Amino acid sequence: MKTYYDPEDLKKFGKIGEFQKSMADKFFDYYGEVFKEGALTAREKSLIALAVAHAVQCPYCIDAYTVDSMEKGCDEEQMMEAVHVAAAIRGGASLVHSTQMMNKVKEISM
Amino acid sequence: MKSLKAQNHPLSNSRYELDLLESPETGIPFSEKLTESGLYPLKPTQIEILQLNLGKMCNQVCKHCHVDAGPDRKEIMSREIMQDCLEVLKNQEITTIDLTGGAPEMNPDFRWLVEAIRKIKPQAKIIVRCNLTIILANPKFHDLPEFFKKHNIEVVSSLPYFTAMKTDAQRGDGVFEKSIKALKMLNEVGYGQENSGLILNLVYNPAGAFLPGSQEGLEAEFKKRLANPYGIVFNSLFTITNLPISRFLEYLIRSGNYEVYMEKLIEAYNPSAAANVMCRNTISVGWDGYLYDCDFNQMLELKVSCRESQHIRDWNQQKLNNREIVINQHCYGCTAGAGSSCGGATA
Ligand code: SF4
Ligand code: SF4
Repeated sequence: MKTYYDPEDLKKFGKIGEFQKSMADKFFDYYGEVFKEGALTAREKSLIALAVAHAVQCPYCIDAYTVDSMEKGCDEEQMMEAVHVAAAIRGGASLVHSTQMMNKVKEISM
Repeated sequence: MKSLKAQNHPLSNSRYELDLLESPETGIPFSEKLTESGLYPLKPTQIEILQLNLGKMCNQVCKHCHVDAGPDRKEIMSREIMQDCLEVLKNQEITTIDLTGGAPEMNPDFRWLVEAIRKIKPQAKIIVRCNLTIILANPKFHDLPEFFKKHNIEVVSSLPYFTAMKTDAQRGDGVFEKSIKALKMLNEVGYGQENSGLILNLVYNPAGAFLPGSQEGLEAEFKKRLANPYGIVFNSLFTITNLPISRFLEYLIRSGNYEVYMEKLIEAYNPSAAANVMCRNTISVGWDGYLYDCDFNQMLELKVSCRESQHIRDWNQQKLNNREIVINQHCYGCTAGAGSSCGGATA
Protein backbone atom coordinates (compact mmCIF):
# COMPACT_ATOMS: atom_id res chain seq x y z
CA MET A 1 0.00 0.00 0.00
CA LYS A 2 1.32 3.44 -0.90
CA THR A 3 1.23 5.99 1.89
CA TYR A 4 2.64 9.47 2.34
CA TYR A 5 4.68 8.33 5.34
CA ASP A 6 6.91 5.26 5.02
CA PRO A 7 9.06 4.28 8.05
CA GLU A 8 11.79 3.20 5.61
CA ASP A 9 12.11 6.83 4.48
CA LEU A 10 13.55 7.80 7.85
CA LYS A 11 16.74 5.94 6.88
CA LYS A 12 17.04 8.20 3.83
CA PHE A 13 17.13 11.36 5.92
CA GLY A 14 20.92 11.45 5.78
CA LYS A 15 20.75 11.48 1.98
CA ILE A 16 18.98 14.82 1.57
CA GLY A 17 22.39 16.20 0.57
CA GLU A 18 21.94 14.47 -2.76
CA PHE A 19 19.96 17.51 -3.99
CA GLN A 20 21.78 20.22 -2.04
CA LYS A 21 24.97 19.16 -0.33
CA SER A 22 26.43 22.21 1.38
CA MET A 23 23.24 23.11 3.21
CA ALA A 24 22.65 19.50 4.25
CA ASP A 25 26.20 19.25 5.58
CA LYS A 26 25.76 22.45 7.57
CA PHE A 27 22.41 21.25 8.87
CA PHE A 28 23.73 17.87 10.04
CA ASP A 29 26.79 19.44 11.68
CA TYR A 30 24.52 21.82 13.49
CA TYR A 31 22.09 19.00 14.39
CA GLY A 32 24.91 16.94 15.88
CA GLU A 33 26.16 19.90 17.86
CA VAL A 34 22.71 20.67 19.24
CA PHE A 35 22.22 17.18 20.67
CA LYS A 36 25.61 16.93 22.38
CA GLU A 37 25.87 17.08 26.18
CA GLY A 38 25.89 20.75 27.07
CA ALA A 39 24.26 22.98 29.65
CA LEU A 40 21.39 20.53 29.14
CA THR A 41 22.14 16.81 29.28
CA ALA A 42 21.71 14.72 26.12
CA ARG A 43 18.89 13.01 27.99
CA GLU A 44 17.03 16.25 28.65
CA LYS A 45 17.49 17.27 25.02
CA SER A 46 16.05 13.97 23.88
CA LEU A 47 12.91 14.54 25.94
CA ILE A 48 12.54 18.06 24.52
CA ALA A 49 12.92 16.65 21.01
CA LEU A 50 10.27 14.05 21.79
CA ALA A 51 7.86 16.74 22.96
CA VAL A 52 8.55 18.93 19.92
CA ALA A 53 8.11 15.92 17.63
CA HIS A 54 4.59 15.58 18.98
CA ALA A 55 3.92 19.29 18.64
CA VAL A 56 4.99 19.28 14.99
CA GLN A 57 3.37 15.84 14.58
CA CYS A 58 6.27 14.33 12.70
CA PRO A 59 5.93 10.52 12.72
CA TYR A 60 9.60 10.04 11.82
CA CYS A 61 10.73 12.18 14.74
CA ILE A 62 8.27 10.50 17.11
CA ASP A 63 9.73 7.06 16.27
CA ALA A 64 13.30 8.29 16.37
CA TYR A 65 13.02 10.17 19.67
CA THR A 66 10.97 7.46 21.36
CA VAL A 67 13.87 5.07 20.77
CA ASP A 68 16.43 7.75 21.60
CA SER A 69 14.70 8.66 24.88
CA MET A 70 14.58 5.00 25.89
CA GLU A 71 18.24 4.54 25.01
CA LYS A 72 19.05 7.52 27.18
CA GLY A 73 17.30 5.86 30.11
CA CYS A 74 14.00 7.77 30.19
CA ASP A 75 10.96 5.87 31.38
CA GLU A 76 7.40 5.83 30.04
CA GLU A 77 6.14 8.26 32.66
CA GLN A 78 8.78 10.85 31.84
CA MET A 79 8.15 10.48 28.13
CA MET A 80 4.41 10.89 28.55
CA GLU A 81 4.95 13.95 30.76
CA ALA A 82 7.08 15.45 28.00
CA VAL A 83 4.21 14.95 25.53
CA HIS A 84 1.84 16.56 28.01
CA VAL A 85 4.12 19.60 28.09
CA ALA A 86 3.78 19.81 24.30
CA ALA A 87 0.01 19.35 24.55
CA ALA A 88 -0.30 21.97 27.29
CA ILE A 89 1.63 24.53 25.26
CA ARG A 90 -0.37 23.76 22.12
CA GLY A 91 -3.67 23.94 24.02
CA GLY A 92 -2.56 27.00 25.92
CA ALA A 93 -1.43 28.70 22.73
CA SER A 94 -4.94 28.33 21.32
CA LEU A 95 -6.63 29.37 24.50
CA VAL A 96 -4.46 32.42 25.12
CA HIS A 97 -5.61 33.74 21.73
CA SER A 98 -9.13 33.73 23.12
CA THR A 99 -8.17 36.95 24.85
CA GLN A 100 -8.10 38.53 21.40
CA MET A 101 -11.54 37.13 20.71
CA MET A 102 -12.73 38.46 24.04
CA ASN A 103 -11.26 41.88 23.31
CA LYS A 104 -13.04 42.01 19.97
CA VAL A 105 -16.33 40.83 21.44
CA LYS A 106 -16.12 43.54 24.06
CA GLU A 107 -15.15 46.15 21.46
CA ILE A 108 -18.22 45.58 19.33
CA SER A 109 -20.74 44.77 22.01
CA MET A 110 -23.06 47.19 23.76
CA MET B 1 8.70 -19.37 33.27
CA LYS B 2 10.81 -22.27 32.05
CA SER B 3 14.18 -22.16 30.30
CA LEU B 4 14.16 -22.62 26.52
CA LYS B 5 15.87 -25.96 27.09
CA ALA B 6 13.09 -27.18 29.40
CA GLN B 7 10.53 -26.02 26.85
CA ASN B 8 12.39 -27.94 24.16
CA HIS B 9 12.42 -24.72 22.17
CA PRO B 10 14.32 -24.83 18.85
CA LEU B 11 16.38 -21.83 19.98
CA SER B 12 17.87 -23.92 22.78
CA ASN B 13 19.82 -25.63 20.01
CA SER B 14 22.98 -23.66 19.24
CA ARG B 15 23.18 -24.98 15.67
CA TYR B 16 19.71 -23.60 15.02
CA GLU B 17 20.72 -20.22 16.48
CA LEU B 18 23.87 -20.11 14.35
CA ASP B 19 21.97 -20.98 11.18
CA LEU B 20 19.65 -18.11 11.86
CA LEU B 21 22.46 -15.65 12.62
CA GLU B 22 24.41 -16.75 9.56
CA SER B 23 21.51 -16.44 7.14
CA PRO B 24 22.23 -13.81 4.45
CA GLU B 25 19.29 -11.64 5.56
CA THR B 26 21.13 -10.90 8.80
CA GLY B 27 23.44 -8.59 6.86
CA ILE B 28 27.13 -8.05 6.13
CA PRO B 29 29.27 -10.80 7.67
CA PHE B 30 31.10 -9.64 10.80
CA SER B 31 34.36 -10.91 9.32
CA GLU B 32 34.02 -8.37 6.48
CA LYS B 33 33.66 -5.49 8.91
CA LEU B 34 36.68 -6.72 10.86
CA THR B 35 38.65 -6.96 7.62
CA GLU B 36 37.79 -3.33 6.81
CA SER B 37 39.09 -2.38 10.27
CA GLY B 38 42.29 -4.41 9.78
CA LEU B 39 41.34 -6.77 12.60
CA TYR B 40 40.63 -9.97 10.75
CA PRO B 41 41.49 -12.66 11.75
CA LEU B 42 40.76 -11.50 15.29
CA LYS B 43 43.63 -12.38 17.61
CA PRO B 44 44.07 -12.15 21.38
CA THR B 45 46.25 -9.46 22.91
CA GLN B 46 47.10 -11.12 26.22
CA ILE B 47 45.09 -13.41 28.49
CA GLU B 48 44.45 -11.41 31.64
CA ILE B 49 40.99 -12.54 32.68
CA LEU B 50 39.76 -16.03 33.39
CA GLN B 51 35.98 -16.13 33.47
CA LEU B 52 34.55 -19.21 35.13
CA ASN B 53 30.95 -20.10 34.45
CA LEU B 54 30.00 -22.06 37.56
CA GLY B 55 26.77 -23.32 36.04
CA LYS B 56 23.48 -22.55 34.40
CA MET B 57 21.49 -22.93 37.60
CA CYS B 58 19.80 -19.71 38.69
CA ASN B 59 17.00 -18.61 41.02
CA GLN B 60 15.75 -16.22 38.30
CA VAL B 61 14.55 -16.73 34.74
CA CYS B 62 15.24 -13.33 33.13
CA LYS B 63 13.67 -12.83 29.73
CA HIS B 64 16.90 -11.68 28.08
CA CYS B 65 19.25 -14.27 29.62
CA HIS B 66 21.97 -15.35 27.18
CA VAL B 67 22.75 -18.38 29.34
CA ASP B 68 19.15 -19.65 29.26
CA ALA B 69 19.62 -20.08 33.00
CA GLY B 70 16.98 -20.94 35.55
CA PRO B 71 16.01 -23.22 38.40
CA ASP B 72 15.38 -26.04 35.93
CA ARG B 73 19.02 -26.01 34.70
CA LYS B 74 21.15 -28.50 36.56
CA GLU B 75 24.49 -28.13 34.77
CA ILE B 76 27.02 -26.88 37.33
CA MET B 77 30.82 -26.95 37.59
CA SER B 78 32.18 -29.84 39.65
CA ARG B 79 34.93 -29.50 42.24
CA GLU B 80 37.14 -31.56 39.98
CA ILE B 81 36.91 -29.01 37.15
CA MET B 82 37.41 -26.22 39.70
CA GLN B 83 40.62 -27.93 40.76
CA ASP B 84 41.79 -27.93 37.13
CA CYS B 85 41.05 -24.20 37.00
CA LEU B 86 43.09 -23.65 40.15
CA GLU B 87 46.03 -25.48 38.57
CA VAL B 88 45.93 -23.04 35.65
CA LEU B 89 45.71 -20.10 38.03
CA LYS B 90 48.78 -21.34 39.92
CA ASN B 91 50.87 -21.33 36.78
CA GLN B 92 49.58 -18.39 34.78
CA GLU B 93 49.80 -14.63 34.93
CA ILE B 94 46.06 -14.13 35.21
CA THR B 95 45.14 -10.96 37.08
CA THR B 96 41.35 -11.18 37.16
CA ILE B 97 39.09 -14.12 37.96
CA ASP B 98 35.48 -13.47 37.00
CA LEU B 99 32.89 -15.82 38.51
CA THR B 100 29.63 -16.01 36.67
CA GLY B 101 26.69 -18.31 35.99
CA GLY B 102 23.61 -18.68 36.31
CA ALA B 103 23.85 -17.65 39.92
CA PRO B 104 27.42 -18.69 40.77
CA GLU B 105 26.62 -18.69 44.50
CA MET B 106 24.20 -21.59 43.97
CA ASN B 107 27.09 -23.89 43.16
CA PRO B 108 27.66 -25.79 46.44
CA ASP B 109 31.43 -25.40 46.00
CA PHE B 110 31.30 -21.64 45.38
CA ARG B 111 32.74 -20.63 48.75
CA TRP B 112 35.36 -23.36 48.65
CA LEU B 113 36.47 -22.12 45.24
CA VAL B 114 36.67 -18.45 46.29
CA GLU B 115 38.80 -19.38 49.31
CA ALA B 116 41.07 -21.54 47.18
CA ILE B 117 41.53 -18.77 44.57
CA ARG B 118 42.37 -16.25 47.30
CA LYS B 119 45.04 -18.56 48.66
CA ILE B 120 46.68 -18.89 45.26
CA LYS B 121 46.21 -15.28 44.21
CA PRO B 122 46.07 -13.01 47.26
CA GLN B 123 46.29 -9.84 45.13
CA ALA B 124 44.15 -10.79 42.15
CA LYS B 125 40.88 -9.15 41.35
CA ILE B 126 38.07 -11.62 41.97
CA ILE B 127 34.72 -10.61 40.53
CA VAL B 128 31.40 -12.22 41.32
CA ARG B 129 28.44 -11.57 39.04
CA CYS B 130 25.78 -11.57 41.71
CA ASN B 131 22.16 -11.25 40.63
CA LEU B 132 21.28 -9.65 44.02
CA THR B 133 18.08 -11.61 44.67
CA ILE B 134 20.12 -14.72 45.48
CA ILE B 135 21.21 -13.00 48.71
CA LEU B 136 17.60 -13.10 49.89
CA ALA B 137 16.58 -16.37 48.23
CA ASN B 138 17.47 -18.55 51.20
CA PRO B 139 18.79 -17.90 54.75
CA LYS B 140 21.99 -19.73 53.83
CA PHE B 141 22.80 -16.88 51.40
CA HIS B 142 22.03 -13.98 53.74
CA ASP B 143 25.67 -13.69 54.83
CA LEU B 144 27.00 -13.44 51.25
CA PRO B 145 27.78 -9.71 51.60
CA GLU B 146 30.01 -10.53 54.62
CA PHE B 147 31.60 -13.41 52.73
CA PHE B 148 32.33 -11.20 49.70
CA LYS B 149 33.81 -8.57 51.98
CA LYS B 150 36.02 -11.06 53.82
CA HIS B 151 37.65 -12.12 50.56
CA ASN B 152 37.67 -8.65 49.02
CA ILE B 153 35.56 -9.70 46.08
CA GLU B 154 34.32 -7.13 43.59
CA VAL B 155 30.56 -7.40 43.16
CA VAL B 156 28.96 -6.78 39.77
CA SER B 157 25.18 -6.82 39.75
CA SER B 158 22.52 -6.38 37.13
CA LEU B 159 19.87 -3.78 37.63
CA PRO B 160 18.30 -2.87 34.30
CA TYR B 161 16.47 0.14 35.66
CA PHE B 162 15.79 2.24 38.72
CA THR B 163 12.06 1.53 38.73
CA ALA B 164 10.17 -1.67 39.46
CA MET B 165 8.13 -1.72 36.24
CA LYS B 166 11.05 -2.03 33.81
CA THR B 167 13.23 -4.15 36.08
CA ASP B 168 10.47 -6.67 36.76
CA ALA B 169 9.49 -6.75 33.07
CA GLN B 170 12.95 -8.07 32.26
CA ARG B 171 13.92 -10.00 35.39
CA GLY B 172 10.63 -11.21 36.88
CA ASP B 173 7.96 -10.03 39.32
CA GLY B 174 9.25 -8.69 42.61
CA VAL B 175 12.90 -8.67 41.48
CA PHE B 176 13.27 -4.90 41.83
CA GLU B 177 12.16 -4.81 45.45
CA LYS B 178 14.42 -7.69 46.39
CA SER B 179 17.34 -6.17 44.46
CA ILE B 180 16.94 -2.93 46.39
CA LYS B 181 16.98 -4.85 49.69
CA ALA B 182 20.09 -6.76 48.62
CA LEU B 183 21.84 -3.55 47.51
CA LYS B 184 21.12 -2.07 50.95
CA MET B 185 22.66 -5.15 52.59
CA LEU B 186 25.77 -4.75 50.42
CA ASN B 187 25.96 -1.03 51.25
CA GLU B 188 25.62 -1.85 54.95
CA VAL B 189 28.80 -3.93 55.01
CA GLY B 190 30.61 -1.18 53.10
CA TYR B 191 30.14 -2.07 49.42
CA GLY B 192 29.95 0.97 47.16
CA GLN B 193 30.82 3.31 50.04
CA GLU B 194 33.52 5.88 49.50
CA ASN B 195 36.98 4.82 50.71
CA SER B 196 35.82 1.36 51.79
CA GLY B 197 37.80 -0.30 49.02
CA LEU B 198 34.79 -2.58 48.47
CA ILE B 199 33.64 -2.24 44.89
CA LEU B 200 30.01 -2.56 43.87
CA ASN B 201 29.36 -2.03 40.17
CA LEU B 202 25.97 -2.21 38.51
CA VAL B 203 25.13 -3.47 35.05
CA TYR B 204 22.54 -1.79 32.89
CA ASN B 205 21.18 -3.56 29.88
CA PRO B 206 18.19 -2.33 27.93
CA ALA B 207 14.84 -3.92 28.77
CA GLY B 208 13.87 -4.25 25.13
CA ALA B 209 15.01 -4.07 21.52
CA PHE B 210 17.12 -0.94 21.78
CA LEU B 211 20.75 -0.09 22.48
CA PRO B 212 22.16 1.34 25.68
CA GLY B 213 22.78 5.09 25.72
CA SER B 214 25.92 6.73 27.02
CA GLN B 215 27.40 4.97 30.05
CA GLU B 216 28.30 8.27 31.67
CA GLY B 217 24.82 9.73 31.29
CA LEU B 218 23.08 6.60 32.54
CA GLU B 219 25.46 6.26 35.48
CA ALA B 220 24.67 9.81 36.59
CA GLU B 221 20.94 9.12 36.32
CA PHE B 222 21.18 5.80 38.20
CA LYS B 223 23.24 7.41 40.97
CA LYS B 224 20.64 10.13 41.40
CA ARG B 225 17.62 7.84 41.28
CA LEU B 226 19.06 5.17 43.58
CA ALA B 227 20.34 7.68 46.14
CA ASN B 228 16.91 9.21 46.35
CA PRO B 229 14.59 7.61 47.51
CA TYR B 230 16.51 4.44 48.34
CA GLY B 231 19.75 5.79 49.82
CA ILE B 232 21.76 3.32 47.74
CA VAL B 233 25.33 4.01 46.58
CA PHE B 234 27.50 2.18 44.09
CA ASN B 235 30.77 2.71 42.23
CA SER B 236 30.28 2.46 38.46
CA LEU B 237 27.55 1.55 36.03
CA PHE B 238 28.46 -0.73 33.13
CA THR B 239 26.24 -0.47 30.08
CA ILE B 240 25.91 -3.78 28.23
CA THR B 241 24.26 -4.40 24.88
CA ASN B 242 21.99 -7.43 24.66
CA LEU B 243 23.48 -9.90 22.19
CA PRO B 244 21.11 -11.61 19.79
CA ILE B 245 21.40 -15.11 21.20
CA SER B 246 19.37 -17.46 23.38
CA ARG B 247 16.41 -15.93 25.24
CA PHE B 248 17.03 -12.41 23.94
CA LEU B 249 17.05 -13.79 20.40
CA GLU B 250 13.80 -15.60 21.16
CA TYR B 251 12.32 -12.30 22.36
CA LEU B 252 13.55 -10.45 19.25
CA ILE B 253 11.97 -12.97 16.93
CA ARG B 254 8.73 -13.29 18.89
CA SER B 255 8.28 -9.51 19.05
CA GLY B 256 9.11 -8.97 15.36
CA ASN B 257 12.21 -6.93 16.22
CA TYR B 258 14.96 -9.27 15.01
CA GLU B 259 15.72 -7.72 11.61
CA VAL B 260 15.57 -4.14 12.80
CA TYR B 261 17.74 -4.91 15.82
CA MET B 262 20.41 -6.62 13.71
CA GLU B 263 20.34 -3.71 11.26
CA LYS B 264 20.82 -1.35 14.15
CA LEU B 265 23.78 -3.28 15.55
CA ILE B 266 25.45 -3.45 12.16
CA GLU B 267 24.83 0.21 11.43
CA ALA B 268 26.34 1.15 14.79
CA TYR B 269 29.54 -0.89 14.17
CA ASN B 270 32.44 1.00 15.71
CA PRO B 271 36.02 0.00 14.76
CA SER B 272 37.49 1.20 18.04
CA ALA B 273 35.01 -0.92 19.97
CA ALA B 274 36.02 -3.83 17.73
CA ALA B 275 39.67 -3.34 18.66
CA ASN B 276 38.74 -3.64 22.34
CA VAL B 277 36.39 -6.63 22.38
CA MET B 278 36.75 -8.59 25.60
CA CYS B 279 37.62 -11.91 23.94
CA ARG B 280 41.05 -10.43 23.23
CA ASN B 281 42.08 -10.63 26.88
CA THR B 282 39.69 -13.22 28.33
CA ILE B 283 39.21 -16.96 28.34
CA SER B 284 35.84 -18.26 29.37
CA VAL B 285 35.57 -21.67 31.02
CA GLY B 286 32.31 -23.61 30.79
CA TRP B 287 30.80 -25.63 33.66
CA ASP B 288 32.26 -28.79 32.09
CA GLY B 289 35.75 -27.33 31.66
CA TYR B 290 35.68 -26.51 27.95
CA LEU B 291 37.31 -23.25 26.87
CA TYR B 292 35.68 -20.47 24.87
CA ASP B 293 36.60 -16.99 23.63
CA CYS B 294 33.76 -15.50 25.69
CA ASP B 295 30.60 -16.40 27.59
CA PHE B 296 28.49 -15.80 24.46
CA ASN B 297 30.52 -18.22 22.36
CA GLN B 298 30.20 -20.63 25.26
CA MET B 299 26.41 -20.52 25.02
CA LEU B 300 26.64 -21.01 21.25
CA GLU B 301 28.97 -23.97 21.90
CA LEU B 302 31.73 -22.39 19.81
CA LYS B 303 34.88 -23.69 21.50
CA VAL B 304 38.26 -21.96 21.13
CA SER B 305 39.72 -22.74 17.73
CA CYS B 306 43.01 -24.31 18.91
CA ARG B 307 42.10 -27.99 19.07
CA GLU B 308 45.05 -28.91 21.29
CA SER B 309 43.83 -26.63 24.07
CA GLN B 310 40.06 -26.82 24.19
CA HIS B 311 39.70 -28.01 27.78
CA ILE B 312 41.01 -26.53 31.02
CA ARG B 313 42.96 -29.76 31.64
CA ASP B 314 44.83 -29.25 28.36
CA TRP B 315 45.55 -25.53 28.91
CA ASN B 316 48.33 -24.49 26.57
CA GLN B 317 49.14 -20.82 26.95
CA GLN B 318 51.08 -20.57 23.73
CA LYS B 319 48.36 -22.17 21.63
CA LEU B 320 45.71 -20.00 23.26
CA ASN B 321 47.74 -16.84 22.70
CA ASN B 322 48.12 -17.65 19.04
CA ARG B 323 44.59 -18.77 18.37
CA GLU B 324 42.10 -17.15 16.06
CA ILE B 325 39.01 -15.94 17.92
CA VAL B 326 35.80 -17.55 16.67
CA ILE B 327 33.40 -14.90 15.47
CA ASN B 328 29.88 -14.78 14.09
CA GLN B 329 27.06 -12.28 13.57
CA HIS B 330 26.28 -12.06 17.31
CA CYS B 331 29.65 -10.29 17.71
CA TYR B 332 28.04 -7.12 16.34
CA GLY B 333 26.57 -6.78 19.84
CA CYS B 334 30.07 -6.15 21.21
CA THR B 335 31.01 -3.54 18.61
CA ALA B 336 27.90 -1.35 18.39
CA GLY B 337 28.16 2.27 19.46
CA ALA B 338 30.37 2.68 22.48
CA GLY B 339 30.98 -1.09 22.52
CA SER B 340 29.99 -3.65 25.10
CA SER B 341 31.78 -6.13 27.34
CA CYS B 342 31.42 -7.66 30.79
CA GLY B 343 33.06 -4.45 32.01
CA GLY B 344 30.69 -2.16 30.10
CA ALA B 345 31.49 0.22 27.23
CA THR B 346 34.84 -0.27 25.49
CA ALA B 347 35.23 2.68 23.13
S1 SF4 C 1 20.39 -13.01 33.47
FE1 SF4 C 1 21.55 -13.68 35.27
S2 SF4 C 1 20.05 -13.63 36.94
FE2 SF4 C 1 18.90 -13.60 35.04
S3 SF4 C 1 18.41 -15.74 34.60
FE3 SF4 C 1 20.32 -15.26 33.52
S4 SF4 C 1 21.93 -15.85 34.91
FE4 SF4 C 1 20.05 -15.71 36.12
S1 SF4 D 1 30.71 -12.14 21.07
FE1 SF4 D 1 32.54 -12.98 22.04
S2 SF4 D 1 33.85 -13.52 20.34
FE2 SF4 D 1 32.33 -12.12 19.54
S3 SF4 D 1 33.30 -10.11 19.70
FE3 SF4 D 1 32.07 -10.42 21.53
S4 SF4 D 1 33.49 -11.21 23.02
FE4 SF4 D 1 34.44 -11.50 21.01
